Amino acid sequence: MTHSAYIYDAIRTPRSKGKKDGALHEVKPIELGAGLLKALQQRNDLDTAYVDDVLMGCVSPVGEQGSDIAKMIVQRAGWDESVAGVQLNRFCASGLEAVNTGAQKIASGWEQLVVAGGVECMSRVPMGSDGGAWASDAAFSIDTSFVPQGIGADTIATLDGYSREDVDAYALESQRRAAHARDNGYFDRSIVPVLDSNGFSILQHDDFIKPQSSMEGLGGLRASFEQMGSMGFDAMMIKKYNTLDRIDHVHTPGNSSGIVDGASAVLIGSERAGKDLGLTARGRIVAGAILASDPIIMLTAPGPSAVKCLHTAGLTENDIDLWEINEAFAAVAMRYMRDLDIDHSVTNVNGGAIAMGHPLGATGAMLLSSMLDELERRDLRRGMLSLCVGGGMGISCIIERA
Amino acid sequence: MSVFNYHKDQQGIVTITMDMTGPVNAMNAEYKVAMHDAVNRLEREEGLVGVILASAKRVFFAGADLKDLVRATPDYAEDIYRDTQRIKHDMRRLEKLPVPVVAAINGAALGGGYELSLACNRRIAVNHRAVKIGLPECSLGLFPAGGGIVRLTHLIGVQAALDIILGSKQMTPEKALAVGMIDQLVETLDDLIPTAKRWLIDVQSQPDAALQPWDRKGHKVAGGAINTPKNAQYAAVAPTMLHQKTRGLLPNATAAMDIAFQASMLDVDTALRIESREFVKVVTGAVAKNMITTFFFQLNQINAGASRPQGVAKNPTRKLGVLGAGMMGQGIAYVAAMAGIQVVLKDMTLESAEKGKAYTIALLAKQTSRGRLDAAKAEVIADLIKPTICDTDLAGCDLIIEAVFENIALKNTITQSTEQYLSGDGHWGSNTSTLPITQLAEASAKPENFIGIHFFSPVDKMPLIEIIAGEKTSDATLAKAFDFAQQIGKTPIVVNDSLGFFTSRTFSTYLDEGAKLLVEGVHPVKIENLAKATGMAVGPLQVQDETSLELSRKVSETWAAMGIVDKWGDGETQRRMVKDMITDNGRGGRHHGGGYYDYHADGSKSIWPGLFELYYDDSVEVVDRDIQDRLMFRQVIETLKCYQTGVLRSVADGNIGSIMGIGAPAHTGGFIQFVNSYGFSAFIQRCDELSAAYGARFNCPEIVKQRAASGELFT
Repeated sequence: MTHSAYIYDAIRTPRSKGKKDGALHEVKPIELGAGLLKALQQRNDLDTAYVDDVLMGCVSPVGEQGSDIAKMIVQRAGWDESVAGVQLNRFCASGLEAVNTGAQKIASGWEQLVVAGGVECMSRVPMGSDGGAWASDAAFSIDTSFVPQGIGADTIATLDGYSREDVDAYALESQRRAAHARDNGYFDRSIVPVLDSNGFSILQHDDFIKPQSSMEGLGGLRASFEQMGSMGFDAMMIKKYNTLDRIDHVHTPGNSSGIVDGASAVLIGSERAGKDLGLTARGRIVAGAILASDPIIMLTAPGPSAVKCLHTAGLTENDIDLWEINEAFAAVAMRYMRDLDIDHSVTNVNGGAIAMGHPLGATGAMLLSSMLDELERRDLRRGMLSLCVGGGMGISCIIERA
Repeated sequence: MSVFNYHKDQQGIVTITMDMTGPVNAMNAEYKVAMHDAVNRLEREEGLVGVILASAKRVFFAGADLKDLVRATPDYAEDIYRDTQRIKHDMRRLEKLPVPVVAAINGAALGGGYELSLACNRRIAVNHRAVKIGLPECSLGLFPAGGGIVRLTHLIGVQAALDIILGSKQMTPEKALAVGMIDQLVETLDDLIPTAKRWLIDVQSQPDAALQPWDRKGHKVAGGAINTPKNAQYAAVAPTMLHQKTRGLLPNATAAMDIAFQASMLDVDTALRIESREFVKVVTGAVAKNMITTFFFQLNQINAGASRPQGVAKNPTRKLGVLGAGMMGQGIAYVAAMAGIQVVLKDMTLESAEKGKAYTIALLAKQTSRGRLDAAKAEVIADLIKPTICDTDLAGCDLIIEAVFENIALKNTITQSTEQYLSGDGHWGSNTSTLPITQLAEASAKPENFIGIHFFSPVDKMPLIEIIAGEKTSDATLAKAFDFAQQIGKTPIVVNDSLGFFTSRTFSTYLDEGAKLLVEGVHPVKIENLAKATGMAVGPLQVQDETSLELSRKVSETWAAMGIVDKWGDGETQRRMVKDMITDNGRGGRHHGGGYYDYHADGSKSIWPGLFELYYDDSVEVVDRDIQDRLMFRQVIETLKCYQTGVLRSVADGNIGSIMGIGAPAHTGGFIQFVNSYGFSAFIQRCDELSAAYGARFNCPEIVKQRAASGELFT
């Protein structure tokens, strides 16, 4: 790389239930994003005219989130009219894709300062609103065996032998860690409260976490994908994984990522940008990686993407201090740890999306802020961020403290 | 003079009466000219008030000529596309005339016939049971490509249209009216044209009447486009449900759903073009050829009596004796009673005989509770069955079918003690699946009246009967059995006597190859899943459990007692399975303490874990394609051997018998058509590969090499 891509700041909104009764349901998606841009400006006394581009991941970019929401957010935040904006979509990787692409822009020397993040108001633009071949293309579905992700997660559990108790225990631990981290202020450096137009606070902290969770409670939840599987998706999966005679449907709302609203933003720039604006780098983006594997099971590529990322960075597993894998489903995180032979004690140390929710396009950049905060808190050096991605893709990113 | 009679009356209504050369109106070369000319003339017509499309035949219109379609090859793809579009263009012109057009449906309007009526503004049909309405194309590997998918989707919505199209449904006029396929019924043929004219006069002042719904401003597909939120769940789930049914092996079904989905989002002209393009791909493909060949031409050939002796008068069965009220006997009694035949159901105890009749009563009760049968009729049917233990009740039977255990001595005893009760010209049928008919007939005083009538289980559901002619079986007896099969609504195939006949012998190779894969160490679940992915109805291990290894063992023992061992191949694997499964572990099948599977109280089943200990070896690498081909080729090769040696008398019997009796994949067109479709030289080459890798049982039968040399397909 010709130029280092420095992380000058990394922030996010708190996350809240992505339904009508969620705290953020009353907030427009552009306001969520604009709130973060304003915060970046204030926290860093930023001359916004210096910013080249704002990259925002968004997975359902239609309706209120349609027509290049990133540019709308830039305008709504009152940033200089010279600032560009682009919305991008790589499914659940979108937020981290924005970060990786932003880092590439800096590393290439084409640009000096960008914002990378994401926004997703799942309560206002429900998942699947954008349609696509998955949703209504019969020939595609049949010829390429489209199977919903949750059944892919259940298949991983079946193949790897994760029982319902195993995945529930994982989920319980995620809840415990997230509650502990929130209650002890581990997220405070990144979290920017969501305010209304008067400046009144709408939401200060993550409120999706369920610290009262128990194994009994989790065990009582109905499997989410059993009925869907019986309609023919299990058969499609078994056609590919033909040593299975059935899929164990172990995933429930309790051990899968929550549907929430939220946004994230990371300020990434060159060394020169830091000097010009008097910013102190908190960290550096070392490398990023994207790849794809089997699109039918869909969720097994995070481990391989982390390996690819290590290879790109010229590092090994031993060089990584902490790991973050998006908890789309418990089995995804468990497969990731198994693939990389890493321990849960260094993975998702402050919980994950099972506890806090997964605002699709925003999550990737949220992992980054949580990781950076925790590396600083523990005074460690490097962290790996990974997510499973629709279509069988996997994305990773290595960051290190400056 | 056109074959479309064109007549304009004083009111300005033109009636086009289709009267094509031959018995029916069909979408052939003659049609194209006649329709094109008619539309040209209609467009020029002055003072036109309306048009009626009528038929001079008993059938309204019969659709495309399958003889043409079965010959369609990729070499002619562009011509087929152009031709299809040209036909559809004229239909489009017809529906865009400035006046309304009525289809006067006097007889069956199936396939292209119904599609033609869809290009009219109104469909009026005579309410008569001969008037079948529907789109059966999908059952022949095709789909309705004459605008049928597009127009029906726009007319009644994606879900309703696909239900009819994928189900290949044929309906009565009343049902067709209820689902919106037609607009009006008339009670008599004489009412048809006057009613059509009256409607045309009535709507004369309504400009919209001449516009198809899809050509009106603001038209929306019934139920909305596929990408509207209310269709979201259907859109996501319907393809996978279709896949579960077809296993992705029927490209025509996939295309039909895809076209309907697209049609719901697009204008009609664009959608019609897509329909034509996909049709070219499907009609020139192997699956359409296989299915048309087998399910249309060969099935018709069988149903028309090609294998029934000529010149023997129809001989319907009036009183049937069924000996043995077990699973098979009670099923035979049921199907016979359903066909209105008087049945004497005899067993050793009255309790068993009555239990056999109770089976019929239970099946009838199910139908009455679902409203498919009225209670009075059900009682009449049940009353046809007389359970008994007395041979004398059999007196006057013109057919007795023996359905006792597969034991020669037992069967012989029964033949000798009971055949005296047959009426003078009565016939004797043995429902054996494995024992030689010629030998069984030796016990009979009239071996010429003795025949094998092999039913499949469950009798009420399985559509096939395998009739086995012994050496002495007379033509009259064969005709009797054939007529009986048709009388009870089954499809009969006729084979010559030989150990295991055709179906059991071929079927056993499937079980044997499944067992061979198992003992080689292949994952048992993988064997089952790959068999199903190939299109077999059920995996070999499951089906062995259903028919029971115990039964296979008994058959082998019976054959051994007759001095026959390994007649059709090495029985080593089967003997090993008998030892491992039955002798050592007491697992003779589903109803014999479990088999390859454990059967749980909740109705579910799972592979018996012992299989993994006994056989599974994760270091064994047999590629999926080899597993699939081994399971298929064993059966195909055995079928070819049956044909080669005259056990099978016709290709049609081999194909239909394999699909209806053994569960061969429908998309292949059966185990003989499979070879036509695979290609002779490719088949020979693949046999050589399998034979080199897995053994001589995969040697290619001579007959294929002969056909490869002559180039003559199996027909």
